[in-house]
Amino acid sequence: MTDWPILSTVTFLPLVGVLLLLLTREEGTYGRRNILNVSLFTTTFTFVVSLFIWIGFDNSNPGFQMVEKHAWLGTGISYHLGVDGISMLFVILTTFLMPFCVLASWESVGKRLKEYMIAFLLLEVVMVGVFVSLDIVLFYVFFEATLIPMFVIIGVWGGKDRVYASYKFFLYTLTGSVLMMLAVMAMYWQTGTTDITELLKYGFPAGMQTWLWLACFAAFSVKMPMWPVHTWLPDAHVQAPTAGSVILAGVMLKLGGYGFVRFSLAMFPLASDYFAPFVFTLSVLAIIYTSLVAMMQDDIKKLIAYSSVAHMGYVTMGIFAANVQGLQGALFQMLSHGIVSGALFLCVGVVYDRLHTREIAAYGGLVNNMPKYAVAFMVFTMANVGLPGTSGFVGEFLTIIGVFRVNTWVALFAATGVILSASYALWLYRRVIFGALEKESLKGLLDLSAREKVILYPLIALTIFYGFYPAPIFDATAASVDQLVNNYSAALQAAKDLALNVH
Amino acid sequence: MIYKAIVFLPLIGFLIAGLFGRSIGAKASEYVTSGFMVIAAILSWIVFFNVALAHGDGHEVIKVEVMRWIQSGGIDVEWAFRVDTLTAVMFVVVNTVSSLVHIYSIGYMHHDPHRPRFFAYLSLFTFAMLMLVTADNLAQMFFGWEGVGLASYLLIGFWYKKPSASAAAMKAFIVNRVGDFGFVLGIAGVFVLFGSISFETIFAAAASYLPAEGSPEAGQAIINIFGLTLDKANAITVVCLLLFMGAMGKSAQFLLHTWLPDAMEGPTPVSALIHAATMVTAGVFLVARMSPIFELSHDALTVVTFIGAITAFFAATVGLVQNDIKRVIAYSTCSQLGYMFVALGVGAYGAAIFHLFTHAFFKALLFLGAGSVIHAVDGEQDMRYMGGLRKHIPITFWMMTIGTLALTGVGIPGTMFGFAGFFSKDVIIESAYASHSTVSGIAFTLLVIAALFTSFYSWRLAFMTFFGKPRASADVMHHVHESPMVMLAPLYVLAIGAVLAGVLFEGYFFGHEYAEFWKGALFTLPENEILEEFHHVPALVKWSPFIAMALGFVTAWYMYIKSPSMPRRLAQSQKVLYEFLLNKWYFDELYDFLFVRSAKALGRFLWKKGDIGVIDTYGPNGVAARVVDVTNRVVKLQSGYLYHYAFAMLIGIAALVTWMMLGSSI
Repeated sequence: MTDWPILSTVTFLPLVGVLLLLLTREEGTYGRRNILNVSLFTTTFTFVVSLFIWIGFDNSNPGFQMVEKHAWLGTGISYHLGVDGISMLFVILTTFLMPFCVLASWESVGKRLKEYMIAFLLLEVVMVGVFVSLDIVLFYVFFEATLIPMFVIIGVWGGKDRVYASYKFFLYTLTGSVLMMLAVMAMYWQTGTTDITELLKYGFPAGMQTWLWLACFAAFSVKMPMWPVHTWLPDAHVQAPTAGSVILAGVMLKLGGYGFVRFSLAMFPLASDYFAPFVFTLSVLAIIYTSLVAMMQDDIKKLIAYSSVAHMGYVTMGIFAANVQGLQGALFQMLSHGIVSGALFLCVGVVYDRLHTREIAAYGGLVNNMPKYAVAFMVFTMANVGLPGTSGFVGEFLTIIGVFRVNTWVALFAATGVILSASYALWLYRRVIFGALEKESLKGLLDLSAREKVILYPLIALTIFYGFYPAPIFDATAASVDQLVNNYSAALQAAKDLALNVH
Repeated sequence: MIYKAIVFLPLIGFLIAGLFGRSIGAKASEYVTSGFMVIAAILSWIVFFNVALAHGDGHEVIKVEVMRWIQSGGIDVEWAFRVDTLTAVMFVVVNTVSSLVHIYSIGYMHHDPHRPRFFAYLSLFTFAMLMLVTADNLAQMFFGWEGVGLASYLLIGFWYKKPSASAAAMKAFIVNRVGDFGFVLGIAGVFVLFGSISFETIFAAAASYLPAEGSPEAGQAIINIFGLTLDKANAITVVCLLLFMGAMGKSAQFLLHTWLPDAMEGPTPVSALIHAATMVTAGVFLVARMSPIFELSHDALTVVTFIGAITAFFAATVGLVQNDIKRVIAYSTCSQLGYMFVALGVGAYGAAIFHLFTHAFFKALLFLGAGSVIHAVDGEQDMRYMGGLRKHIPITFWMMTIGTLALTGVGIPGTMFGFAGFFSKDVIIESAYASHSTVSGIAFTLLVIAALFTSFYSWRLAFMTFFGKPRASADVMHHVHESPMVMLAPLYVLAIGAVLAGVLFEGYFFGHEYAEFWKGALFTLPENEILEEFHHVPALVKWSPFIAMALGFVTAWYMYIKSPSMPRRLAQSQKVLYEFLLNKWYFDELYDFLFVRSAKALGRFLWKKGDIGVIDTYGPNGVAARVVDVTNRVVKLQSGYLYHYAFAMLIGIAALVTWMMLGSSI
């Protein structure tokens, strides 16, 4: 077991599925069914294998584990994989959400099912790749490569404005990635290595940190997305098919947060400290601004997309609070949001598949004939609001405490999100679920089908389980987070001492 | 074990009725949840006798650990129960009222098709409330706090087909969240000041928290909160005020009270349980529980007193003119909660909890009685269409009368003859007078006036409902019937409490046995001698609530029995004042304008002008305009920018690799 390259296995396992799909014919009586079965089996199997990463993970080790390293072309670039407490759970999150995406696309995707599934499996490969890469070039390649399948998914299987949405998505990310590419080159030029473990120990000079930080910030803030570069997200979500939205909200947004923790905070502590007030300002703006905007949306998916931006505001705020509560809160918030927002988009998918509209005004009174759906939607709404007892609470609570220790004003403004999130989420729920069933078009709707139950019930269970017992996640992240926070404050202290000695 | 049983029995009831209600049927759901509640109530009384009334050897607190919750750096929070006298009192209040309300609901909700859901919610509420009162740390308290909020939301909106019910449910949740906003920040503040959010650590540290006068530490700035540089004493004030903001939301205090009257949209048993006896008292419980840190801040306590007194007065004025039977009682609740906060503010924590205890009995009695009236007159809630019901529903009438006597505080000062409210309300009024607080004069005056108003609106309610000529349609009057036994029995039990709870327990809650009873569960500084001082107030002060009560009764009698045309004339001659009170001081209109409309307008503005108008126009669309021809031509992705992008990326990577290979070979 110890020699087995488990990270490579999990990363590239979906490629096996891709191969099988390439050999499958979509036409014919069983073609469609075969494609679905192959995809479902591949993603489920990948998830099961990925669980061995968690099982084999040593919680007390703050460093990288299950490391695989092979030199490549003698360039200094190497094929270097490994996970620590910060990245490990994101791998699990990614593999966990994939089977749900396949299930969510079971009936709703009509054309080019084979290509669609191939795109998703490739997406899984590159997303997992981002989290396990320990070489910055490898990271960059995977990071950028996530765009292509998602781009295709939105552009081909999206709604009627898909071209505009995918274009916007492309334009925003391009700007960020060009700058990040420059940062990668500069880091190599400075240190002579592309190994992340080496770079983490390096200690860049203060002046250079600023520029590198800004370049990385451009890439990650777009992915996150932070205000004001968030406007691609609502459009992308609205146009993307349900499964695309799930991955977009569940995993893609976390790439930005992961990048902030792994690069900005860990490699450029001085710059992070310097820019923290700037990030706080943007985070608070994101929370208040996008919550207010979310309230006024009349498209369900747009509303949830805007609420995602607000929730990511807590994440960025927690990360740059740079203390244990803030950082663990941010990581927890990302994982929880991955489940909850994914589930919310799946919920939207359930009614969209029936009625083919996302207009809030087209709904109302669904509780009358869809009581099970109403319960599921209620649980996720409450998790989105951050009710204690759901996973949504823990992260929000810790990030507020973490940031309160650093800057009380930020905590004050961020806490208004407590009120605003209740406003938009409950208003949405009231308009869609409550009320009398008066619209003719809604009267024939059936409650959750067996397939939809299989999708939603495990997510309900997880949302509540991690609300009551988040310990497994904290245990896994604690050592790495502690180490990161210690290194961070040591770096700041060293810089301070240096400044004192000079004077 | 017994503690776990008390807390988890309602949870099990909720799970059974909630998950399997449909398959086991309504009857089974009712019996299961009610049965579990009755067991929990009996166990609660056992705990009450064992913990509160036993002659223990002093400060013992029982701690029951359940499992881990949040561990992150200094935050080390477990699911655990902290059981002391305060918890035991709340056990009794919550479980007694809850079990009676469960039983009552079997009759009241008889015709409703969604009974399993209703009983599931009731049990869920009880579980959350028990988690709140047994909390061992602030996070768990917040869990219970929000949990009761959720249950309240679900129960207010129980009749989801009524748009007004859905709106009221939402309003209740959101207004409560405004309070929670302060509560969360308060928790963060406690963590920063004490390095922990578990009660044991906080209370231990609180005792020696304030530096001695004259020591170098005194007056030294230690923290900056919201731009204010604060020393230890002021920091604790800010934290207490933040926590109190949470209490104001949940207990519907002045400025955050608007949700409570609207919450009457829920079924009446819900109003009795949640919006009278238990949930709304959570704020009082919070301040009492946190007494070790509230005692350290005179300023915070002054604010608590002031807000309490204003609420008691304000809500009573509005109660004078309401016509909906439930709304009158709702405003009364709001007002009585104000009394409790005044008691807390002047350091008479025992008196506050005492009033909480007695109030639970008589206010639940009044609400369930009102439910019985509504049940009798076919769902009518407007008192203008009632009247003359005394003969038709005599038992309900007598039960309501007992409730009214208890609420108005009927009793003879200086003796032990009186209903429950007489004892608890009078000690609060006397304590307000006796305290050294800077606002004690205002508080005393407002409370006495509120007592007069209380007496007036309570008797007005009784007279309009039960006396005079019937004003309901003949058809309704023909069907008026007394409620079934399953609804009357809970009234009997509560009536016993409304009569006896005061006289039996005064000595324990706020009298000779104070120290022995509380065993340190309520913390007071040595210089806080309110327990002794309130006895030594002038005779006029002692008699003032009695006089106020009598005056209110006589006025109500004159206006609604002797000369029933008078209220109308008075309303017409004082139209402005009448409209002002009838419209609840125009708070709803004001808030709608200030917050609801402006938030919506701002949201729309930011969306249309900010996101679309500025960011998109100058960002992606601006760029898009330059290449719009390209996009138009490239509708099909095969020849589109996807390849451009992939190609650009490939070239980039190729360049990078080439450059590195060259770099490493040199």
